[in-house]
Amino acid sequence: MAQGKLRVVHYLNQFFGQIGGEEKANTPPEARAGAVGPGMGLKAALGADAEIVGTVICGDTYFAEHLAEATRTVLELIKQFQPDVVIAGPAFNAGRYGTACGAVCQAVVKELKVPAVTAMFPENPGVDIYKKDVYILPTADSAAGMREALPKLAAFALKLARGEAIGTPEEEGYIPRGIRKNFFAEKSGAARAVDMLVAKLQGKPFTTELPMPIFDRVPPNPPVKDMAHATIALVTSGGIVPKGNPDHIESSSASKFGKYSLKGLDDLTPETHQTAHGGYDPTYANADPDRVLPLDVMRDLEREGRIGKLFDYHYATVGNGTSVANASRYGAAIAKELKEAGVDAVILTST
Amino acid sequence: MHVCTVVPISLTVGANRIVPAVAIPHPLGNPELPKEEEKALRRRLVEKALRALETPVEGQTVFEN
Repeated sequence: MAQGKLRVVHYLNQFFGQIGGEEKANTPPEARAGAVGPGMGLKAALGADAEIVGTVICGDTYFAEHLAEATRTVLELIKQFQPDVVIAGPAFNAGRYGTACGAVCQAVVKELKVPAVTAMFPENPGVDIYKKDVYILPTADSAAGMREALPKLAAFALKLARGEAIGTPEEEGYIPRGIRKNFFAEKSGAARAVDMLVAKLQGKPFTTELPMPIFDRVPPNPPVKDMAHATIALVTSGGIVPKGNPDHIESSSASKFGKYSLKGLDDLTPETHQTAHGGYDPTYANADPDRVLPLDVMRDLEREGRIGKLFDYHYATVGNGTSVANASRYGAAIAKELKEAGVDAVILTST
Repeated sequence: MHVCTVVPISLTVGANRIVPAVAIPHPLGNPELPKEEEKALRRRLVEKALRALETPVEGQTVFEN
């Protein structure tokens, strides 16, 4: 290869690496000289200044099942080629592949101190896991987007290899990494906020400086048809836990949720329960935890036959500075357990 | 279904059946009321929550009454 060309190493899965489909997904990491598969298109897009010196391929299942070992092996294979930049994917909407691309890029940057970039569909699970550490360019959800993705990947990789400064996500087109950079603004925050408000009132476009997380939407569940025979569960983000907070659920940014038995309990009292929540005045909840988790009333309604049964356990976490990603995870885990337990409906109480 | 005081948050996070509650530190109670009245208030809220669960909804619905 010509002297002075930038050295690019490409990471692919077994499918794009032309080893095979799902039946070959257990293939351990291997290296090839030069470009393979989509590497051909990448090579063309990179132009004369750079060369794909090698391609490292690993089966998606192998990578997912041997994360630490596969990452280490892939890293060693990549290192042999002495790259100036590493490109992984594009992975489109393939979850295992996207996760592998993210893991490879993260390790390359951290361990080899070599810049790396990957590309995938914004909803690929690899994005959420690795966007903080890795430059990820958005692509279409299938390989139909290959032609569009490769020139962007090539251009971005060239910038990285040349050590050029990378601008903001808006300027460069990568998925925002949530990095904050300090800079001196011309106007104070108050003036900028008023400018935004005026623009909003006038129906003009403006760019927020504090984007809100994106929440998903779910279709409503059908109504409970036979409440007198339904099992209802209580769940709370208000932090009602047994006295002493046995699971040590944090008063803010909770890292977990708890599951607690309500068997034999008719009423929550300061002797039995408390709140673990640090985001509101706990006086009232501690004096009578039913004010947050209405056990007393649920027992009455159960005895009267208004509901079939109150589920034997309640779930609790602290919704105080808890990240949306964590909260969604707790919600999904709790819902799964409740469904498996045959619970028909849930009353979620929040403070 | 979601019993909560700050309904706009519930709407933002995507709850489909929402019953507005009393106050942030005591969503299903009011410490200023005598004990029996407070429990009656809590019962009305829970009954409203059960009715919400029995009601078909097309999208996000706030059960005010």
